[in-house]
Amino acid sequence: MTTSILRHASASAGILTAFAVVGTALLAATYLVTHPIIAESEKQAKLALIGQILPAALHDNDLFKDSALLPPAGELGNSEPTPVYRALKEGKPSAAVLEVIAPDGYSGKIRMIVAIKADGEVSGVRVVTHNETPGLGDYIEIAKNSWIRIFERKSLSKYADQDWKVKKDGGKFEHMAGATVTPRAVVKAVHKSLKYFAANQDNIFSLPANSQEQAK
Amino acid sequence: MSDDTISYKEIIWNGLWKNNAGIVALLGLCPLLAVSSTVVNGISLGLATALVMAFSNGAVSVVRGWVPNEIRIPVFILIIAVLVTIIQLLMNAYMQPLYLVLGIFVPLIVVNCNVLGRAEAFASKNPVMPSVVDGFMVGFGLTLTLGVLGAMREIIGKGTLFSGIDLALGESTKGLIITVFPDYHGFLLAILPPGAFLGLGLLIAGKNWIDQRASKKAQRQPAATLPPSHVTA
Repeated sequence: MTTSILRHASASAGILTAFAVVGTALLAATYLVTHPIIAESEKQAKLALIGQILPAALHDNDLFKDSALLPPAGELGNSEPTPVYRALKEGKPSAAVLEVIAPDGYSGKIRMIVAIKADGEVSGVRVVTHNETPGLGDYIEIAKNSWIRIFERKSLSKYADQDWKVKKDGGKFEHMAGATVTPRAVVKAVHKSLKYFAANQDNIFSLPANSQEQAK
Repeated sequence: MSDDTISYKEIIWNGLWKNNAGIVALLGLCPLLAVSSTVVNGISLGLATALVMAFSNGAVSVVRGWVPNEIRIPVFILIIAVLVTIIQLLMNAYMQPLYLVLGIFVPLIVVNCNVLGRAEAFASKNPVMPSVVDGFMVGFGLTLTLGVLGAMREIIGKGTLFSGIDLALGESTKGLIITVFPDYHGFLLAILPPGAFLGLGLLIAGKNWIDQRASKKAQRQPAATLPPSHVTA
């Protein structure tokens, strides 16, 4: 009796294993074919996004080649090393593009990229991903609204610490009625990334250049 | 069941109307509510589901003789999960903008009960061709529901139609976007999940109304044809 149960079970397990092996092989094959295409188009998408906030006149280097990994920092809201893209003009640092996370959006993290010029002025900010309420908090997306451009040309020297808030909290940043949590999180994150840049500027530009592939 | 007892007409009619997954069976409502905010999103995810269902039904039907009854569910799930992951990878590689919009919902096709439901109820007992047709038609029925619901929510919520089609079919189709109400400020309720529930309720009501009218007509039909036959007799 027990032997027949065992035999039956191992036969079934064998069949299940066979299906798993075939399935995994198919997946591996598809992955191998699509992975380079996916990586390339993700890179293109990121470059296009960076191009929106970093004027081409500011740099003459390959941003992806001159990227480095920054250690996790509270100001950037990340817990893993994140890449920084460094813009150089004739060999001199002209700007840096940081990947920043605002952890306190209305529904979770808001991922952004912030381009800061060497003189501490914001060149531009874009939201990469977010889960804010459609129609309410999603005006932080450039596709929906130009609100995110209010950060352009702002800097720590232009606005004092207490000004880096939405108007409702006594700061200088406009926001739309009905959705304050979202812009509050974005303003805070941009402010913190400016502070981080000011404190670590030398370090950011002196990190050895390594392409992302090598860093991984 | 053998081939001659299967009527393709019935399979198609069942999938598209009589047992429509979206408005009769009310299965797979998770994507229904989440992605039906525009026509393009709804139809895109619907078609992805229909593709998965056609392939999974076909695959299940092919292997149905070799799979012992007691491990059939794990095997079916394995097949479905593999297919969905392949479609997800292909979409990410070749239709990235659309993938960015629908990406988080594509893996959810695995747990869409329609897919396993048709594999279990139909494909595990029927030959390959009818199974493929059944899977695709049930999926296509869901696509139609998602498309109609998406159109309702998009017109009421945003005042446009086919917005985002350039993400699915390329920049050149941008001209197909129709602005139904120019200078419209939007009606948030229709875009948010409650709008999907309300819209779905209206669709179910509409379908029942059409069915009732049809059955009333059918009842009246014999009475209406009676007098002429009297005359000829």
